[in-house]
Amino acid sequence: MRDLTSRALDTATALGATYADVRVVRRLEESINIKSARVEGVASSETEGFGVRVVVDGAWGFASSRDLTTAEADRVAADAVRIARASATAIRNRIVLDDRPPARGRYVTPVAEDPFAIPLDRKIAALLEADRAMSAVKGISWTESMYAAQREEKTFAASDGSYTEQVVTHIGSGLEANAIDGDEHQRRSYPDNGGLWASAGYEFVRGMDLAGNAERVASEAVELLSAPPLPSGTRTILLHPSQLYMQVHESCGHPTELDRAFGTEASYAGTSFLMPDMLGSFRYGSDLCDIVADATVPGGLGTFGWDDEGVAAQQVPLVKEGIFVGYLSSRETAPRIGRRSGGAMRADGWNRIPLIRMTNVNLLPRPGMSFDGIVADTDDGLLFETNRSWSIDDRRLNFQFGTEIVREVKHGKVGRLYRNGTYTGITYELWRSMDAVGDASSWSLWGTPNCGKGEPPQTGHVGHGVSGARFRNVRVGVMS
Amino acid sequence: MSSSSRTLGAAADPETALRVAEEAVRLAARAGVSEAEALVVAGESALTRFANSEIHQNVASNEALVNLRVARGRRVGVASTGRTDAEGLRALVERAAAIAAHVEELEDWAGLPDPDGAAPGPVPAAWSDGTGGATPELRADGARAVIAAADAEGVTAFGSFSTDAEAVAVANSRGIRTAERRTTSQLLTVTMGPDNGTGYAEDCSVDATRIDAAALGREAAERARLSASPVDLEPGDYPVVLNQYAVVDLLDMLGYLGLSALAVAEDRSFWEAGKRVASPLVTITDDGRDPAGLPMGFDAEGVAKQRLLLLDRGVCRDLAFDTQTAARAGRRSTGHGLPAPNPWGPFPINMAMAPGEATFEDLIGGLDRGLLVTRFHYTNPVHPKRVVVTGMTRDGTFLVEGGRIVGPVRNLRFTMSYLDALAGVEAVGRERRTLRGMLGGCTVPAVRLASFGFTGATRAG
Repeated sequence: MRDLTSRALDTATALGATYADVRVVRRLEESINIKSARVEGVASSETEGFGVRVVVDGAWGFASSRDLTTAEADRVAADAVRIARASATAIRNRIVLDDRPPARGRYVTPVAEDPFAIPLDRKIAALLEADRAMSAVKGISWTESMYAAQREEKTFAASDGSYTEQVVTHIGSGLEANAIDGDEHQRRSYPDNGGLWASAGYEFVRGMDLAGNAERVASEAVELLSAPPLPSGTRTILLHPSQLYMQVHESCGHPTELDRAFGTEASYAGTSFLMPDMLGSFRYGSDLCDIVADATVPGGLGTFGWDDEGVAAQQVPLVKEGIFVGYLSSRETAPRIGRRSGGAMRADGWNRIPLIRMTNVNLLPRPGMSFDGIVADTDDGLLFETNRSWSIDDRRLNFQFGTEIVREVKHGKVGRLYRNGTYTGITYELWRSMDAVGDASSWSLWGTPNCGKGEPPQTGHVGHGVSGARFRNVRVGVMS
Repeated sequence: MSSSSRTLGAAADPETALRVAEEAVRLAARAGVSEAEALVVAGESALTRFANSEIHQNVASNEALVNLRVARGRRVGVASTGRTDAEGLRALVERAAAIAAHVEELEDWAGLPDPDGAAPGPVPAAWSDGTGGATPELRADGARAVIAAADAEGVTAFGSFSTDAEAVAVANSRGIRTAERRTTSQLLTVTMGPDNGTGYAEDCSVDATRIDAAALGREAAERARLSASPVDLEPGDYPVVLNQYAVVDLLDMLGYLGLSALAVAEDRSFWEAGKRVASPLVTITDDGRDPAGLPMGFDAEGVAKQRLLLLDRGVCRDLAFDTQTAARAGRRSTGHGLPAPNPWGPFPINMAMAPGEATFEDLIGGLDRGLLVTRFHYTNPVHPKRVVVTGMTRDGTFLVEGGRIVGPVRNLRFTMSYLDALAGVEAVGRERRTLRGMLGGCTVPAVRLASFGFTGATRAG
């Protein structure tokens, strides 16, 4: 591999690049999809290639190819330089990268049971057992069960002498039961809508006990058909970790991406209401609100050794005791606010340029009450569980979420179900209204394997650790 | 050192792609499978991105995908690879065959499609040398033209200019052999002014040289100027005019949630044959061969694309079928299959809404008090079967009174059944735009709706 990376870097440098890096990526994926106890699709994919990123005349260029030859390394490096020169005709600020020591070493996701070594028929059988248990529940219209694993082998080299190798394994699985009656369609998922994901081996899937939860979620889907719709009002809400992580993702993770604050995502996903002059002073949330981007936490979808610029994994505070204090950043953006890169640059494969992505953006637990304890402490509230829909404006202020199930909480007891539950608000108003956060015993990691950003579109795998929380005076029950 | 002067389209050779597909099918047959189908997509994609009125990202990639579906009797496996060399294809066949050996039988497996359904030939309109020969300099020229227009209005430009050229080929063991080359290009821009004004403009075309970057820049910049200093507006139900950029989302969601045979079979769709779901002014088709859109002659199974009359003057008529859903319904595929495995089902990816007679002034003129919406942002189904969707307005939302634009309002959240919205179509614009939809091109007019439900508003900061 060093032949190819050296050739690409040498060629780029010889043609005028003041900085160059190259990533060689091989990605393996395997997926199983079962629908109504029938094996609908089993697929395996493999892709490999390399991408060369250069700075020439103060501008970026990037080119990539699937042909792993030194001749192609020459061509791609030359293309990247040519593209950078074209970019340089329309720049107003030259690229300046922060300093960092050359990155060297190897990182491998800890895996107890290699998912790619487990026989396919065993993985299918485990899913089928759970899917059949859901299908057997009276009133279920159709079921869907999924399993997927991804392994990325990545070599990074840069013109500053950096050379790292990483092997990152991600895995996810889950169940979905659908009950339909006329126009009404209700769904329950376990452990999460789209499956629960982590950086781990097959032991993670075994630990889910899919079969043991199948009948329960299917029964809940059927029960929701006859539940009343959630009435409109202003209520105390409790966000179960299966919803709270999406709240963190959309209303904290994305607005703290520094490229959004600088406008470079404006044409696609939007910008951010959190601007650099608000650092250290803006009250984002209540005193209980501590949010950290942590690429070192074991098991997260945003856990790695180095980002795709060779910056070591680290913890970056974003919100401290409610005050906005930090951004997810890169080597180009961090110096513009007088800081060093927080190591958040990742690319979706060899043919995409790295972008600022969430690592694991975690709401830290608070000593005191478990999430169950917070529910027991709530006199009159609504418990929202398992994300179903999500939407937020282009500056990440006005949001609306829907969950698969809402449960009434009266005098500390969980009671009746509501269907089609939604809640809406303004980001900082919601976080300022948070008056209880679950303790470490309730804290768990969740994953978003479908985070979209960038042009051309990239799909990111990011993580979120949360323990459940309570919010006051939130508008609920929005439906036309 | 090799030259870097290769154009975008050099890697998009249909004959080469078809040879790779045929070789994969041949190797699969030698491996003892009873059926095999290879989809090959190979080409080059490039994109120039600009923000704060300067280019900040400029990328190109040379990519290939070989997707192989094999069957051993009724046991089906799928594997894909980015490699097209002999060793890569051998490994691909091995993986697909191993999957097929381990999965359970599909009782209703209908087999791969026959050549009878294959495309009559490539769609010439799917390719343009203007995009196939696109260079980084062409894209930079486009970016500079948008930026110049923004500069002239005193606003800042953000956006992207993409050019893609690909060869697509499908071969299967039943005799389908089809290939064509396709190009697409898209220029979009968001502009921002000093007083929270924002604008948007977009164009998609098979031919990148037909995109008028300067005109798009002027359109977006003017919209940003007009939308400066937006004011709060009480959410509620308002009649609206939706610009084409917003209408594309209506069609996307209908296609995604309801216009496929599998969605109907699973009872998750609103669709019922002969049922009125929209105003008589609404006719929606899907036509892969329509040169007005982003054409393609065949689907991922190599089946010729048929024109579908999805909504005929507001009434449900056709549905999208692939080979498996068609067999279950006792009919032929309409050429709307996606790459296997595809648990979501067939998809109409070349949708168009028929134009009406109204000018833009007619549409606005019909609003006594209502809103003009430029586009939607981050939409998501809240109740899929009723096509209830939530999202935000973006890049220019204007209050209209007495048929005239009064001024900009702050972006609003809506939670609205798109079926209810389409049932209230009062007028349809005569000018259509081809824009990028969820999976393909989408050609739409602007429309005026009797009512649209806004359920919230964003804040200034």
